[in-house]
Amino acid sequence: MALRGDWMYENNGGTCVAIAGIDYCVVAADTRLSVGYNILTRDHSKICSLADKVVLASSGFQGDIRALHKNLAARHLLYQHQHNKQMSCPAMGQLLSNTLYYKRFFPYYAFNVLGGLDNEGKGCVFTYDAVGSYERVGYSTQGSGSSLIMPVLDNQLKSPSPLLLPARDAVTPLSETEAVDLVKDVFASATERDIYTGDKLEIVVINASGIKREYLELRKD
Amino acid sequence: MFRNQYDTDVTTWSPAGRLFQVEYAMEAVKQGSAAVGLRSKTHAVLGAVNKAASDLASHQRKLFRADQHVGVAIAGLTADGRVLSRFLRNECINHSFVYESPLPVSRLVVQLADKAQVCTQRSWKRPFGVGLLVAGLDETGAHLYYNCPSGNYFEYQAFAIGSRSQAAKTFLERRFQEYDTYSREDLIKDALFAIKETLQGEKLTAQLCTVAIVGEGEAFHIIDQQTIQEYIDAMELSTGGPDEEAAAAAPPSAEAQEGGEGASSEPAPMDI
Repeated sequence: MALRGDWMYENNGGTCVAIAGIDYCVVAADTRLSVGYNILTRDHSKICSLADKVVLASSGFQGDIRALHKNLAARHLLYQHQHNKQMSCPAMGQLLSNTLYYKRFFPYYAFNVLGGLDNEGKGCVFTYDAVGSYERVGYSTQGSGSSLIMPVLDNQLKSPSPLLLPARDAVTPLSETEAVDLVKDVFASATERDIYTGDKLEIVVINASGIKREYLELRKD
Repeated sequence: MFRNQYDTDVTTWSPAGRLFQVEYAMEAVKQGSAAVGLRSKTHAVLGAVNKAASDLASHQRKLFRADQHVGVAIAGLTADGRVLSRFLRNECINHSFVYESPLPVSRLVVQLADKAQVCTQRSWKRPFGVGLLVAGLDETGAHLYYNCPSGNYFEYQAFAIGSRSQAAKTFLERRFQEYDTYSREDLIKDALFAIKETLQGEKLTAQLCTVAIVGEGEAFHIIDQQTIQEYIDAMELSTGGPDEEAAAAAPPSAEAQEGGEGASSEPAPMDI
């Protein structure tokens, strides 16, 4: 699909989802890499484990995503050398926002969802736009299938308004298995109608015992 | 070494072809507390003596990790050592980022040496007052290098720097021929014995020293005090030092256990 000769981006498709629970966080993304109407590979991970308690899922242009993940991983290593500990999820959240805004005038074509546990061990999800505007939420989705998935998550996990007093937790009261099942269901649905989502689903669950990975086959058409 | 008219700045040669400022910087290394390093084909061990300025103070960190596969021990001006450690960490990260592979140790020490050399040829700078023992593992095996303030670097099987390091060097000179085939445990024991030599009679305890190791299947890390105390006790039990293979994992003696508890109330080393 030819665009201007100097067009420096490409959308490789895919969808990412993250859901925050009381003491866990689920981050999931499909593994299809496409360009135009073609599939480049059915087995490409969009998820990057940045720290003990921080996982980043990004969809968009794979070149920029790979560079962004590398950048953050290097910054995390530097942080560990200087502070003798791993970065917390809120800290990584701010770092990601700053990194994205740094390239405000030549952005990373990456739509990110950051998931993990905050300093109190509660599930923590941050959602971003391409230039670093971010917000802590109870759940989020980005990518080509996001418009199909978000309304379903809104219906199932509706967060209380952040304007409410007293402040109420945005995290879902669902159990870990229920949240994972919900993720599997929404991806199965998105796969039906979004051509860029499918092949395989990678689900990462972060909780106090560490990071666990699971795979689920999706429709390949 | 006495004062003379050619030692005022680093850019002045003496008639004998010496740069006195650089040599004075190397003196600073000799004044720092001791650090030792030794290596086999597959592992490299670094050890350092923790000397605090007074009983009220915490001791300074002398062992720094540069990357998963490299670490350094410093002797001399610890502030200079800290700055150079930051430089080493940066170089390792940059190389990994660009080449997706660990920076070979030999390249790292060259970059470090070149940085040190710059300070020996600028009138507005001074040489770094710190010597570094760089221990690391790469595709060609385990390596130990010594980087000196002059910008020179040398590879060693075993070496010691800092005050009273000559005693440790004498010990290492007797034993280094077999180090290539030494096991990881024997390397650690010899490192501890070398450190003991520099203490000149003072009792060696886990609080007084820090030991780090890097090797095949083992990222660079500082060995915890408990394990070190066990090694020390095993050393003490065997007659005449580590020449005989001491009983593996000898249980720490009661006094050592108390000594271990006392350590937790001591101020922790400055984490930089």
